[in-house]
Amino acid sequence: MRNSVLYPFSIFISFFESISNYCALMFQMFRSYRSWNYYLSLTNIHMYQIGIKSIPIVIITGLFAGMVLAVQASYQIEASLIPGMEWTVGSVVGEAILLELAPMITAMVMTGKIGATIAAEIGTMRVSEQIDALESLSFDPVAYLILPRIVAGMIMFPMLIAIADLFGLAGGIWVTTNSLDISYAEFIRGLRTWFVPMDYWFGIIKGFFFGLAITSIACFYGFNASGGAEGVGKTTRTSVVVSCITVVFLDYFLGEIILL
Amino acid sequence: MSIIGKSGIGKSVLLKHFNGLIYPDSGLVVVDDEIVNEASFSNLEKIRSKISMVFQFGALFDSMTVSENISLALKKMTDLNDKQINFRVLETLDEVGMNGSENKYPSELSGGMRKRVGIARAIAAKPKYILYDEPTTGLDPIMTDSINKLISKLHTLENVTSIIVTHDMRTVYDISDRVIMLDDGRIRFNGSPTDIKNIDEPDISNFIRGVS
Repeated sequence: MRNSVLYPFSIFISFFESISNYCALMFQMFRSYRSWNYYLSLTNIHMYQIGIKSIPIVIITGLFAGMVLAVQASYQIEASLIPGMEWTVGSVVGEAILLELAPMITAMVMTGKIGATIAAEIGTMRVSEQIDALESLSFDPVAYLILPRIVAGMIMFPMLIAIADLFGLAGGIWVTTNSLDISYAEFIRGLRTWFVPMDYWFGIIKGFFFGLAITSIACFYGFNASGGAEGVGKTTRTSVVVSCITVVFLDYFLGEIILL
Repeated sequence: MSIIGKSGIGKSVLLKHFNGLIYPDSGLVVVDDEIVNEASFSNLEKIRSKISMVFQFGALFDSMTVSENISLALKKMTDLNDKQINFRVLETLDEVGMNGSENKYPSELSGGMRKRVGIARAIAAKPKYILYDEPTTGLDPIMTDSINKLISKLHTLENVTSIIVTHDMRTVYDISDRVIMLDDGRIRFNGSPTDIKNIDEPDISNFIRGVS
């Protein structure tokens, strides 16, 4: 009974404890700023792992997001019984893809693919003493393992979102022109009517912050892993859950700041 | 010097205090007149460059080849150019009897081979001290003898001070000049291998003979 009453408090305390430990770990990167040239030179490898190798899955998810959105937008517009408004499908698809779906779906996919990989990789290094070995060889394990991954995430996530934007729109165009009774010209007319460049840049800015959050949270949980294989599994799961929550929080928070 | 004691008594924890991998709750850890647990990060890097560590299961970097594992230490801790680093990698692999394995990954090596590569990585940058965390645990008697001979050879050839945490009394008798036994957070015995062999305290005597 006592434990049930104290449970919400313990969650609250552990939440703030985690935030303070996360901030402390991020600040630790600055203790070896003199060697950042070396550590940043490893960024290319992680840009390839995080960005280039994720392009196929981002293309697939972006493409289908655009396709399903076109179908649903068309269904909604037809159901509204306003004749002659089908051309607005382009606007709905364009705005939804650029502002919300491409960044959000990409972030969720990348949380599962990259966040889990990073947490498991660093967690395994922790429990098999590889991080201790790095430290004993005079490396700063925080700067060596975390800095290049975060920088790579901040560079590659916006790029992946730009790709998702492109393929999302392509998917929307393909479905509207082939399966629905809307021409290419009508789709483009709808797309251009309410488009402002900020819609595109908003998604890209979100990508920068999602990249920072997903990679740094995964690194943080991996770095603090303990307890063998089970511990690494638990760490990876927690990292994915926390990253997903952070992404939806950031999504709302950035919308409030930038769009309003 | 060997450090012995029951499992869970804190031998490996003590070892990790020497190079600042773990900090004590109180007291000082002094290496060459420098206080490890009060050193700034850059001073700690300098202290660590004098101390190498061989981990119980090797702690080799999975994603790197044997050669990359060894050269990583050299790139960070020395001013050698790529050609000199390659030469030193081959030289250390030769010293530990692992010639020809430079392009293998840790997953392709046996337990004994991993320990040898771990030793090669530790000696590559020519440290002043080497810390060994249970270097012969889990190895067959022949491999144990081979690792003991290797540690002894390195002590003579490279002129390094070795501190070995072990349960293996054969390692203690074969290669140590001094033995420390930990018990209940204190040094229970401090002397030569001959002294501990002839000790008449039953619990120490039972421990070294493996009698429960």
